Amino acid sequence: MDIYASKRGPKLSVRLVGELDHHSADKARVMMDTMLHDLSVRELVMDFSDVSFMDSAGLGTILGRYRKLALRGGKLTVTGVSDSIDRIFRMSGLYALVERR
Amino acid sequence: MERNEIEIRFLSLSENESFARAVAAAFAARMNPTIEQLSDLRTAVSEAVTNAIIHGYENAEDGIVEMRCISEDDRLICIISDKGCGIEDIEKARLPFYTSKPELERSGMGFAVMEAFTDSMDVSSKMGEGTTVNMTKRLGRNAE
Repeated sequence: MDIYASKRGPKLSVRLVGELDHHSADKARVMMDTMLHDLSVRELVMDFSDVSFMDSAGLGTILGRYRKLALRGGKLTVTGVSDSIDRIFRMSGLYALVERR
Repeated sequence: MERNEIEIRFLSLSENESFARAVAAAFAARMNPTIEQLSDLRTAVSEAVTNAIIHGYENAEDGIVEMRCISEDDRLICIISDKGCGIEDIEKARLPFYTSKPELERSGMGFAVMEAFTDSMDVSSKMGEGTTVNMTKRLGRNAE
């Protein structure tokens, strides 16, 4: 899993590339949390266009970042969601917390 | 009946999660699955193997995970087992959002995903002896 990030004002955009499973979730979590140390970040946009595989470990990673942002009144958005990832998001009720764009 | 079977054993290393789902998908590929069925299978296998590593062996890297894949005509059976600590309360473990390890940032959706992405899923477990997950899925256009 590789992560490419860019920040514009309060918005941090991250593009995830590769497979997001339990093995790679730790790395993804550490990388995103390092960037979220910057308290000026109020919105995190996670782009899944180049995620070739995701299981429920990815959900844990998203929910963990959501909680961090919610604590500072921020929000999380997901984009580039494939059908198979969408199914996992829908069955978990993720869209009640996270916007899909 | 057309029948085939494979079995692999691997160490409980997280890097083997992708290996296991790739093996299951390669075995299933000969059964003419749809792309969606293959994707579902990969996800379900990944959940089961991840559970074995995180919960069965509690992230110890010297456990052995076994995976058997059996094809019977258009039916695929995947049996994933560990000889780890076992599950105390299977009913509770299967509940969506339940996790015994909230500190690990787990979503608690593992068993729910396995159930949703296969046709049937059974779990048997004995404390101190291990856990076996048995999943079946029909593959091919007739299974739609």
